Amino acid sequence: MIQFDKVSKRYPTGHEALNGLSLELDAGEMAFLIGHSGAGKSTLLKLIMLMERPTHGQLLVNGKNLNRLHRSQIPYYRRNIGVVFQNHQLLFDRSAFDNVALPLLVSGYQPREVGRRVRAALDKVGLLDKEKMNPIALSGGEQQRLGIARAVVHKPRILLADEPTGNLDPELSAEIMDLFRQFCEVGVTVLIATHDVDLISRMGMRQLQLQQGRLIQDGVPA
Amino acid sequence: MNRYRRGKPEKMMVSNSRGGKSAKEPRRGASGGRVSLLGKLRSYLQSHRHLFFSTVKRLASEPIQTLMTSLVVAIALGLPAVLYVGVVNLQQLGSRVETTTQITVFLKIDSSQKAIEQFQKNLISEADVDTVEYISRQQALEEFRILSGFGDVLDMLDENPLPPVFIVQPVAHFQRDLVASEVLVAKLKGMALVDDVQLDMKWMQRLQAMLVIGERFALSLGLALALGVLLIIGNTIRLAIESRRDEIVVVKLVGGTNAYVRRPFLYTGIWYGVIGGILAWVLVAVGVQWISGPVARLAELYQSLFELMGLGFFGLIVLLLIGASLGLIGAWLAVARHISSIEPK
Ligand SMILES: Nc1ncnc2c1ncn2[C@@H]1O[C@H](COP(=O)(O)OP(=O)(O)O)[C@@H](O)[C@H]1O
Ligand SMILES: [Mg+2]
Repeated sequence: MIQFDKVSKRYPTGHEALNGLSLELDAGEMAFLIGHSGAGKSTLLKLIMLMERPTHGQLLVNGKNLNRLHRSQIPYYRRNIGVVFQNHQLLFDRSAFDNVALPLLVSGYQPREVGRRVRAALDKVGLLDKEKMNPIALSGGEQQRLGIARAVVHKPRILLADEPTGNLDPELSAEIMDLFRQFCEVGVTVLIATHDVDLISRMGMRQLQLQQGRLIQDGVPA
Repeated sequence: MNRYRRGKPEKMMVSNSRGGKSAKEPRRGASGGRVSLLGKLRSYLQSHRHLFFSTVKRLASEPIQTLMTSLVVAIALGLPAVLYVGVVNLQQLGSRVETTTQITVFLKIDSSQKAIEQFQKNLISEADVDTVEYISRQQALEEFRILSGFGDVLDMLDENPLPPVFIVQPVAHFQRDLVASEVLVAKLKGMALVDDVQLDMKWMQRLQAMLVIGERFALSLGLALALGVLLIIGNTIRLAIESRRDEIVVVKLVGGTNAYVRRPFLYTGIWYGVIGGILAWVLVAVGVQWISGPVARLAELYQSLFELMGLGFFGLIVLLLIGASLGLIGAWLAVARHISSIEPK
């Protein structure tokens, strides 16, 4: 589903954030991206989101070579992906419902369909009773779950998360990770960048360890 | 690498169970991105209807900002509109006022008295000529002495330097017809006794010329102010884009196209133009109403039926169209410059 082939990313500052990186993630697979701060985890996710372009190498997602994807095609490509950020990127000028509805509205779904799907997503993350609330009134864990609901409301094939448990306590973090696993179980390809090694080591999932833009370890820890 | 092993067995189990799940959900892929063409069209129209109201709501939620921008637009649209109304009314006024064109015919200085008398008879019998007034060389000299104050200089001259002159009034239908007057002038010039002919453009002609200039001025002022409207609306939209940066980033992250992001701003630009157009019309209408009383009294004094004309319904439509177009273009300029530069980072 996701295939990096000797991908390098050099930022305009000259910093080489990824260095000839190759890896492959199958459809429906779940993996964690680990490594120190500055190892290149966010950069890798941004390349998949086409928020950045590789300077070298090829990146294939769902069989498509992203290098050949034209700028104007990017929005349609992104509709196949859900993203969750540490800073959740929620909009505080509208309700929880409207935040989650956004991916559906931009793709032109019918209002009836929007309502049905948004409620299904909110239900999935346990926030159905908070749909009318402003996200600013939600707790940190709830905000993060709302971000997840928004990331999955349009049933993407791929779910990416960048430090989704960054500022949550261990219990909430475990809850969030469990949510991601449930999406993986219904066939979504899930890739999560995190530095919470303690938490994920218990999950028995594949881990991709980055160091200075290189993949130094790949597999399920023994 | 050897501390880790790729978790093939576990993954395969997962993919087995997923195989079953995805078979039960055959429409998942399709509903993930594609929507039927008809459904697309319907939701496109729906989203436009939604935008129509949501952009109005947003403007209404910031009444001061909306009013300020619209008022500036209104003034920029209203100024040329006022000039236009002025020109139209003066034209109307001009067409009602009787006026006189007069032609001054200078004869050769050595024309004999007899020839002059004959010339006068010929002139009067001319079909295009209404009245003729003769000013002899002596009369001309006296007049000049009185009017110019150069009497002393004239006294120093041995001879009277002034030629005999006829003042010719063309018939009525020539009065406002410059071309016909020019034809008559050419005809007079061709006569043997005539030295020179001068067509006096009376104030009506001057007014006409001024009105042409006024019209041009209104047009160029209008163009300059239209540019101003573009800048005002463009700048307002730019600020609106800036203030909704976070939202734009999120919309782009979840797959919103540039067109989708653009649309509400284009609508907002159109609204500014439309509201500005309506306000401009109201301003002009109030102004016309305000001076129409005094103008009517003045017209009464001159026993004229003159009535001040406003912009009318047609004027409103034109102002709305111009306002909406300028709003759209201004918003487009801002949007084209700023939206594609806002990308998720
Ligand atoms: N936009 C950018 N411009 C320049 N350098 C960047 C940019 N983004 C990240 N970097 C650099 O690239 C390296 C990898 O960053 P990042 O991918 O964010 O790492 P991680 O998410 O693993 O902490 C860091 O050294 C960072 O300073
Ligand atoms: Mg990071």
